[in-house]
Amino acid sequence: MAKYIIKRIAMAIVTIFAVATVTFFVMNMVPGGPFMAEKAISPQAQAALNEKYGLDKPLSVQYTTYMKDILHGNLGLSVKQRGRTVNMIIGTKFPVSARIGGMAILAAVMIGVPLGSIAAFKRGTMIDNIIIVFSTCGIAVPSFVVCTILMYILSLKLGLLPTYGLGSWKNYIMPVMALALYPSSYISRLMRSSMLDVMGQDYMRTARAKGLSQLVSIFKHALRNAILPVVTYLGPLLAYTVTGSFIVEKIFTIPGLGSEFIGSITGRDYPLIMGTTIFLATLMVIMNVLVDVAYKFIDPRINLK
Amino acid sequence: MPKNKLSVQLNVEDFLPASDAERESLTVMRKSVGFWKDGIRRLKKNKISMISLVVILLVFILSFIVPQLYPYSYEQQIRGSENLAPMHYSQKEITAMDSGESVFPHILGTDNLGRDYAIRVMMGSRVSLTVGLVASAIILLIGSLYGSIAGFFGGWVDMIMMRIVDMIYTVPDILIIVLLSVAFDQPLKALAQRPGFQWIQLIGVNLISIFVVFALLYWVGMARIVRSQILILKEQEYVTAARALGASSGHIIKKHLLTNCIGTLIVTTTLQIPSSIFTESFLSFLGLGVAAPMPSLGSLASAALNGLQSYPHRLFAPALMISVIILSFNLLGDGLRDAFDPKLKD
Repeated sequence: MAKYIIKRIAMAIVTIFAVATVTFFVMNMVPGGPFMAEKAISPQAQAALNEKYGLDKPLSVQYTTYMKDILHGNLGLSVKQRGRTVNMIIGTKFPVSARIGGMAILAAVMIGVPLGSIAAFKRGTMIDNIIIVFSTCGIAVPSFVVCTILMYILSLKLGLLPTYGLGSWKNYIMPVMALALYPSSYISRLMRSSMLDVMGQDYMRTARAKGLSQLVSIFKHALRNAILPVVTYLGPLLAYTVTGSFIVEKIFTIPGLGSEFIGSITGRDYPLIMGTTIFLATLMVIMNVLVDVAYKFIDPRINLK
Repeated sequence: MPKNKLSVQLNVEDFLPASDAERESLTVMRKSVGFWKDGIRRLKKNKISMISLVVILLVFILSFIVPQLYPYSYEQQIRGSENLAPMHYSQKEITAMDSGESVFPHILGTDNLGRDYAIRVMMGSRVSLTVGLVASAIILLIGSLYGSIAGFFGGWVDMIMMRIVDMIYTVPDILIIVLLSVAFDQPLKALAQRPGFQWIQLIGVNLISIFVVFALLYWVGMARIVRSQILILKEQEYVTAARALGASSGHIIKKHLLTNCIGTLIVTTTLQIPSSIFTESFLSFLGLGVAAPMPSLGSLASAALNGLQSYPHRLFAPALMISVIILSFNLLGDGLRDAFDPKLKD
C-alpha cells in the first residue's frame, strides 16, 4: 500500500513538473514576449520592464528562477494588473469558483446516485425510461447551451432569478444547475449500470435470504459496492467542473478564477495564464491521486501492486 | 465391366466425386455470416441507432450539400436586411418581390450584419462535423498505433509507454489547449504569410492548434483501450503461427492484431466524434475556435448571447443543432458498441 501511494505521488510530482515546464516553454515560444502588445512604449521603458520581470536574462536562467519561485509557491507578478501578484489574484478569485464548483459537484452526486439507483431498481419501467432519456440528453447538451437556455427561461422570460453577479443565494442557483447537469447525468448512467451489476451478485441474494429487509440490503450491501465507479469518476468530475466554470463564469459574469483565466488569455497576461494553469493542473493532479488512493482503501478486492 | 458375383471388387461408382446437388443436400450448416454482416444485422435491429444514423445523414446533407445550392453565402452581407426575424423580408426585398423577382426567404432571419442565419448555422455544423471527424481520425491513427506497439512488445517498452499515457491522462486538457492556442497564434499567423502556407489562413490558426492538441493529448484513451485488446489478442495461436512463418512485428500488428480489434476501433472512434465536437464548441464559445467570418456552432451561440432578449432564435438554432449532433453520435456509438463489440459494454 505504502509503495503504491509513494509511486502515485512520485508520478504526480513528475506530471506537475512536466506541466510547469511545458507551460514555461510554450509561453516563451510567443515572439516578442508579454509587452509587445502595448504600443507607444519607449525602448528604455521596455528595457526597464524586461529587467523588472527578469526577461533580459537567458532562457535557462529564467527557467531555473521560475521553477525555484514555483517551488516556493510564488507564481510571479501579473503584467496587466499592476502591483498584484498572481498568488493574490488566485487567492481572492479561487474561493468564489471553489464554492460554485463544490456545490455543483455535491449536487451532481446527490442527484446522480439516487437517480441511477432508482433506475436500476425499477428496471424496464416507465421511471427507468424517463431517467435514461434524461441522462442521455443531459450528456449531449453542452454547458453553454444549458446556461443560456436557463438564463433565457428563468431570468428573461419569468424574471425569477438574477442574471449576473453573486449578490444573494439566488445567484448561485443557475450556475450550479448548469454545471451539475452533465455530471449528474453521467453519474446516474454509471450508477445504473453498476447497480444492475451488483444486484445480480450472489451476496445480494444471500443478504435477502438471511432475512435482511430490502432497504437494509440496498444500503448496506448494494450501494456500497455500486458506488465505486462513481468514486473513480470524481477526478474527471473535478476537471470537468474547472473547465465548465470558464463558461459558466463568463455567461453569468461571476468574478471567479475561470473568468479571470479567460480574461488573462484575451489580455495576454502571460504570468497570470501560466500561474493559473499550473495552479489548476496541480489541483487536478492532486485530486486524481487522492481519488486513486481512496479507491484502493474503499475496495480491498483491488490488489495493490 | 460386368461384375463377378463372388468377387470382393468394390463398386467403382461409389467412389466417384459427389455432384454439386448432392453436396448441397448434405450441407446442414447455415451460410456463414461474416463479421461485418453479423454486426450490421444487429445494428439494423436497433431502432434508436438507425434513427440516429438517419439524423446524422440528414445533418451531413444539410451541412455539406445544401450550402452549395443555397442562394445566400455565409459571409454575404445583405445591406438593409439586418436583424430580420425568421421568414421576414426587408423593405428592399419586398419591393423586389413586388416587381416580380423571386427572393429566397430568410428561414432563420438574418444577423446584425445582414447575413442569412440559416446558412450560417449550416456552415457552423459543417465546421463542427469536420473538426469531429478529422480530430477522431488523428486520434484513431495515433492511439491505435501507440496502443498496439505498447501492448505487442510488452515488458519495459510497455511500462515506459504506459507511464507516459498515465501522465498525459492526468494533465488537464482544456488548459493545455487554451495555452497552446494562445502560443501558436502568432507563429502560425506569421507562417501563413509565407508562400505555400496560405491554407493556414483558410482553416484558421485556432483550428490548427485544436488539431495539434488533439494529436498531442486526446489519443491516450484510445491507446489504453487498444493496448488492452492487443494484450489478449497477441496470445492467440495465429500470432504464433504468423511469427513461425517469419512475419515481422510490424506485419503482425498491421495484418493480424489491428484488424482483429476493428470493432473496438470503430466504436471508440464513433464515440470520440461527439466529444471532439463538444470540445470544439466549447473553445469557439470562449472565442478560441475558428476564425471569423467562418461560423461555428459554438461561436454562433456565443454571439447570440448579447441579443438574447430580442433574438432568442439565434441562440436556439445552433444550440439545438449541436445537441442533436452530439446526441445522435452518442446513440449511434452505443448501438455500434452493442452490435460490433458486445464485450466492451460493462
